[in-house]
Amino acid sequence: MFGGKYVPETLMFPLQELEEALETAMEDERFIKEYRELLSEYSGRETPLTLAANLTRKVEGPKIYLKREDLNHTGAHKINNAIGQALLAKRMGKQHLIAETGAGQHGVATATVAARFGMSCKVFMGIEDIKRQELNVFRMKLLGAEVITVESGNGTLKDATNEAIRYWVSHCDDHFYLIGSVVGPHPYPAMVRNFQKVIGEETKQQIIAKEGRLPDRIYACVGGGSNSIGMFYPFLEDPVELIGIEAAGLGLNTAEHAATLTRGSKGVIHGSYTYLLQDEHGQILEPYSISAGLDYPGIGPEHAFLFDSGKVRYEAVTDLEAVEALRCLSETEGIIPAIESAHAVAQAIKEAKHLPMDQIIVINLSGRGDKDMHTIMNVLEGDDDNQGAL
Amino acid sequence: MTIKAPFNGKLKNTTNLFIPFIMAGDPSPSFTVEFAYLLQEEGADILELGIPYSDPLADGPVIQRSAARALKQGMTLKKAIELVPRMRERGLTIPVVLFTYYNPVHQFGEESLLRTLHKNGIDGLLIPDLPFEESRELKEQCQQYNIEWISLAAPNSEKRIKQIAREATGFLYGVSSLGVTGERESFSPEIQGFIKQLKTYSNVPVAIGFGISSHDQIASVNQYADGVIIGSKIIRIIEEHLPDVEAPDTLTFTSILKEIRYLLRGE
Repeated sequence: MFGGKYVPETLMFPLQELEEALETAMEDERFIKEYRELLSEYSGRETPLTLAANLTRKVEGPKIYLKREDLNHTGAHKINNAIGQALLAKRMGKQHLIAETGAGQHGVATATVAARFGMSCKVFMGIEDIKRQELNVFRMKLLGAEVITVESGNGTLKDATNEAIRYWVSHCDDHFYLIGSVVGPHPYPAMVRNFQKVIGEETKQQIIAKEGRLPDRIYACVGGGSNSIGMFYPFLEDPVELIGIEAAGLGLNTAEHAATLTRGSKGVIHGSYTYLLQDEHGQILEPYSISAGLDYPGIGPEHAFLFDSGKVRYEAVTDLEAVEALRCLSETEGIIPAIESAHAVAQAIKEAKHLPMDQIIVINLSGRGDKDMHTIMNVLEGDDDNQGAL
Repeated sequence: MTIKAPFNGKLKNTTNLFIPFIMAGDPSPSFTVEFAYLLQEEGADILELGIPYSDPLADGPVIQRSAARALKQGMTLKKAIELVPRMRERGLTIPVVLFTYYNPVHQFGEESLLRTLHKNGIDGLLIPDLPFEESRELKEQCQQYNIEWISLAAPNSEKRIKQIAREATGFLYGVSSLGVTGERESFSPEIQGFIKQLKTYSNVPVAIGFGISSHDQIASVNQYADGVIIGSKIIRIIEEHLPDVEAPDTLTFTSILKEIRYLLRGE
């Protein structure tokens, strides 16, 4: 019921084409081998599973491990998926990549693989995000990508995605649309999950090697939901409690949040049937979060299913709690997490205080915080532009 | 193939159809009501009434701006439907097809929408992000309420063209070329073959839309097709008369209609 292809007729053919190419690619050992090789030789996988010993002592609760997606090339899990889809584009003979980006992490990952594969790259980015993420815009340009300013709507990720889809509709014969999360029409959500599940697969092997057993709980932040589904998917049939953390922004009792599952309702966004933030007339609402990566009014359809079926528990964390967690992890472990990942850290710390010391939890550290320094500086030094956290 | 009289005989012609698209509430509800009637007087055969949506994926900048203007002044699916009885009162007799993205329909409730359309004298429904495969159920429900379900076929629909065209009701909406709505300078010569293919399988009129914006284009498309859908060009004419259209007088309408006439007749 969730998912589907709620798209204009002109996209049905390229989606069908993608589906067929994906199916044969995933059964082709050479394709999988090349993908695995690039993950290890180019992105530096596998990423470590680090014991956060100081944080564990500080919380006085269960053993806390961090899955270090922040140590990937380009600084976040986004590259796992970008490598996979770019390989597929190459296989399909498409020389031009299109991508949408919010904070710029997926845009940078796509620009990176485009450079690596000698492809052209157009990244659609909302005008508001361009202002907030100057450095990533420069990184993309340095990598040879063209950054296209999106002024329609409110000029954020939702609008950038609309514009990328519109461009794709006109150029689907020779362009490949490289979606950055487990959203969009079928087969995108399943494809992106398959390119991200390496996170959970590695984590499972690593924790068993270190502890001889599975963890009790796993935490991951959820915007569109690609790092979390990549982490959760290999554990879905295991006796492990999985917790996805949405952005509560300024608070769930305000209109300024991005808590799609916690506060949203069912409907269609960007081609798939899922949960989204909308008004009573079915108009999509503009979300808010301090974290550009979680600032999205929809969520992957597989998360909608996991939410309804109760297989994953979803919680929401405010800007303020996330900034506190970012500071805490920086001070205790010398690791500055992305503000997105800090949402997962915040919820984990909150719950860990009440858990027995013989338990084990894992937090997916989806990215590093370098990109957020400007935002965090403004918050901690009390800039009025930032809507009042701290 | 022989053409059945769609819309329960309400559609008088089946060739050279002029199907204008207007956005409900852009720039105001009363403008929409009057303009719908005036378009009929200019020879419109079917009216396509657009519902503004926050995220119109199939639309180019002109219709996006139009939707934003309509939303800003509070237009909703329900209010738009309620404009149709006012149009009928004004003298509108041609079939009205509601054009809306799926999400507002989902919130309204499918069954409840069809009942409301039927009650308010609306004859057809077109949902651009509900392709053939996703629309089966709703299409069946439409029949119960005497609403014609309008299907779209695109040049890259390939194998699906035959099935879409065969099962088309009301009229078949042929998408002129890949891309979103908006005026186009020219069309690929392959459009002829595409239209002929649609005509082979469809037993309702075939109208072509997306990008048609000049008298010459209309004439050339009508050599093969049964009509044209014109949206962005009309919206742009209205837009160019902003802010006069917000409180339109006879002069404004005269000026707009002059441009529509030029578009249709080239003089």
